[in-house]
Amino acid sequence: MRVWLLFLVIAMGTFLLRLSVIALWGKIGTVPDSIERGLRFIPPAVLSALVLPAVSTSDGYFEIGPRMAAGLVAVLVAWKTRNVFLTIVAGMAALWIIQAL
Amino acid sequence: MAPILLGIVPFGLIAGISAVSVGLTPLHGVGMSILVFAGASQLAALQLIGRNAPFLVVAATALIINARFVMYSASLAPHFEEASTGRKALLSYLLTDQAYAFSIRRYALRDETVQARLSYYLGAAITLWVTWQISTAVGAFLGTSVPDAWSLDFAIPLVFIALLVPAISDRADATAAGAAGVLAVLFVGLPYNLGLPLAATTGIVVGIVVERNRS
Repeated sequence: MRVWLLFLVIAMGTFLLRLSVIALWGKIGTVPDSIERGLRFIPPAVLSALVLPAVSTSDGYFEIGPRMAAGLVAVLVAWKTRNVFLTIVAGMAALWIIQAL
Repeated sequence: MAPILLGIVPFGLIAGISAVSVGLTPLHGVGMSILVFAGASQLAALQLIGRNAPFLVVAATALIINARFVMYSASLAPHFEEASTGRKALLSYLLTDQAYAFSIRRYALRDETVQARLSYYLGAAITLWVTWQISTAVGAFLGTSVPDAWSLDFAIPLVFIALLVPAISDRADATAAGAAGVLAVLFVGLPYNLGLPLAATTGIVVGIVVERNRS
């Protein structure tokens, strides 16, 4: 894998996404409403697509196991505390405890 | 700002450790953070690199995640209007979820000069940048000494859970997240790890449809 080239492509693309409206402001008017509405759903959709397979599959197969249980603990802590640090600590602790049982 | 920084430190440590655990060098971890400077996309890219996903799938997934920056860019643009072109490039490079959240809250509360607004943004953004770089670098150099038995790879989905839960604020968000998550699980066997970008874009479309039908 051409790792540095990959990083450069992601970096350039990300920079242009960040710069987009800041640079074009006053030249093109505002972002169309429909696009703005779609952008709102990126964080929940993408993050969920990353999380669910990571806690519910193993080697490409569905699995109800320690990672799913620990993930549920983390969801609960995230929901109650809204704290990144506590969520990670609780999820890791839950996984270690379940694996040790 | 302190609680936010406290949340970024473990996130950065994990980004650094993950770079090494998927087989890259600590230098790759540090370089990625400086070049890309967007944590969620870095973690997703590293996860895909670890699964030998093809170049285009890794790049596309990272950029779909970062497409949300267009929304922040649009929201901040009127405040940054008078900055020079070079300054606009710097402000854009430093744009993150946290820098955006801090600044937009402050701009809503106080009626300040353009210069004061830029200074406030830069202060927050640079603090976040330094914290992120130090924590990724520490993680990357610690990475080689973390035993596999600690299952620290699980910290990546935990970071995503910590970001996902507050991102769901109404039924449209929840439906978008539900659809994307279930599809991602069903698509897990698809070649080239295409399941992730496919599931995520479908989830976004589902969210738009749900919201449109409600209003």
